[in-house]
Amino acid sequence: MTAELPPGLALQKVDERIMTLNVGPQHPGSGHMRIIVQIDGDYIVACDPDPGYVHRGEEKMAEYRNYITNIPHLERPVIHDSCNVLYPYVLGVEEILGIEVPERAKYVRVIASELNRCIYTMYWLAIYGIFLGHSTMFMWPAGDRELLIDLMEKMTGARVTHAHFVPGGVRNDLPPNFEEVCLRQVNYFEKRIKEYAAVFYDNPILISRTRDTGILSRQDAIRLGTTGSVLRASGVDYDLRIKEPYDVYDELDVHTNVMKEGDSYARSRVPWLDMLDSCKIIRQALQKMPKSGSVRVKLKPNPKGKGLDSVYKRVESGRGSLGCYIVSDGKPEPYRVKLSVGSFRNLIALPYLLKGEKLGNMPSVYWSLNYWPVEADR
Amino acid sequence: MSSDSKSVSTDEKPAPKPAPKPAPKPAAKPAPKPAAKPAAKPAPKPADVPAFEKGISDKIVEKFGEKTKVAFVKPDRVRIDVNKDDIHDVAEFIRDGLNYDHVESVSGVDYPQDNEIEVVYHIGSYSDDSLARQILVLATRAQRETNPLPGNDATVLPTLRDIFYSVEFHEREVFEMFGVYFNDHPDNRRLLLPEDWADLPPLRKDFAIKGR
Repeated sequence: MTAELPPGLALQKVDERIMTLNVGPQHPGSGHMRIIVQIDGDYIVACDPDPGYVHRGEEKMAEYRNYITNIPHLERPVIHDSCNVLYPYVLGVEEILGIEVPERAKYVRVIASELNRCIYTMYWLAIYGIFLGHSTMFMWPAGDRELLIDLMEKMTGARVTHAHFVPGGVRNDLPPNFEEVCLRQVNYFEKRIKEYAAVFYDNPILISRTRDTGILSRQDAIRLGTTGSVLRASGVDYDLRIKEPYDVYDELDVHTNVMKEGDSYARSRVPWLDMLDSCKIIRQALQKMPKSGSVRVKLKPNPKGKGLDSVYKRVESGRGSLGCYIVSDGKPEPYRVKLSVGSFRNLIALPYLLKGEKLGNMPSVYWSLNYWPVEADR
Repeated sequence: MSSDSKSVSTDEKPAPKPAPKPAPKPAAKPAPKPAAKPAAKPAPKPADVPAFEKGISDKIVEKFGEKTKVAFVKPDRVRIDVNKDDIHDVAEFIRDGLNYDHVESVSGVDYPQDNEIEVVYHIGSYSDDSLARQILVLATRAQRETNPLPGNDATVLPTLRDIFYSVEFHEREVFEMFGVYFNDHPDNRRLLLPEDWADLPPLRKDFAIKGR
């Protein structure tokens, strides 16, 4: 069998006492990916993640569509976080085309991307809860998420796939009295997620299952190039909203949450703390936003770049730094679009974390990576 | 955001442009006033090349001289083009001499007209706070092969995995999507594509999408 495979595809030879186990791609515990684990009794000795079951060729598709028609399909990798996925692409296209964005549009973008961060994190939290057997933690975030989805529906007209960010601003202005409704919903949302501490984060069962499992040290988090909550849970204070502020983040007071433990518990707690800070950012942005004005610079049809040019823009998404590398050759279509996504960058930590761990701890370690298979596959 | 993004392709172009132009020009050079477009390009260059970024590229050029070519120096972004034989040494200097510690993204770009494939590393730093905003773009080019089958690769580059551990999965992706074989990479298997994929690497330009 191995002899027939071309070099590069052959699997590793396994010892007699070690069993190979396929987790996924259908098993709900792994999302849409396969994790090949080799176990010795109850302990994992090696792990080989095999993503790609939801690879849709977004980067290839982007080479055949112009800068504007790329927008609806490039947000598909993470539909819950669609504003943040589009953000670096839109910033990059603005730099290529040389567009200056109106001030009010920048604030609308910040509000939309923070709301989306919360929506994504709530979805992730629901899944994390149910895979640890905590079904209350599935029901609560899934229900409270509706508050913000309703807000996004009011803002963009779509509940999940918004396609709201366009080069030059946002598609539509905010609806009338959006500010008041947003403030009310966000305040209630903040009150609700604070209650999660009692039922989930201070729950001794959760703590005993996730403390000291899958520890990622600070040096290794840096060496493996992890990002987002995985990195901050290992004690590295790095958030692009502070380190490389885009749009109006430099005018807002952004706080990052850093934990030193680097275990599954810290990795699951950091996104929740980030949500509480997102609520504060939304309130500040609502206050500082210009009350009227344009939200979009109208572009000419089929805008073109200025010739051979390349940009790399990055934003902080719900899963960490999200970079977009765009190469333009002066045609209406981009020559190459590359998305460097947080999930894909964090995946490299999985074999490292699972080695020596008990098989029963696999779901808690895997989901604590804040991993979204569809985003990693693009 | 960058400085040269000020030349606008939108409708609001004519209004802001004439206003700032007369102010700096008499101070520097009164002569090239009539030649508007060609003179505008070289004139802002010495002024808007950011000093910190220039320092980074100067250090690399000082060390390697002719082997490297500084493609651009923009705010927060420095791009260095190197030959594939030198990329290993340059990357080692970037890690040890300049405190960059991880690779954010490895992208392949196919140039069939030059018969080459470009591989671009975006390198960042977590441990050095002064470099937190910076991305160093390291690019190299490999000979493109028309029939890229696994085990029959002429498109070969040295791997950077022994220098930056974080490129492991990124290089595997470039391998399957462009057919660039990374020499000495410990795990040169496919990642996203199915195991029985028997077509061209899909992100090459000659792999066409049906109906387009």
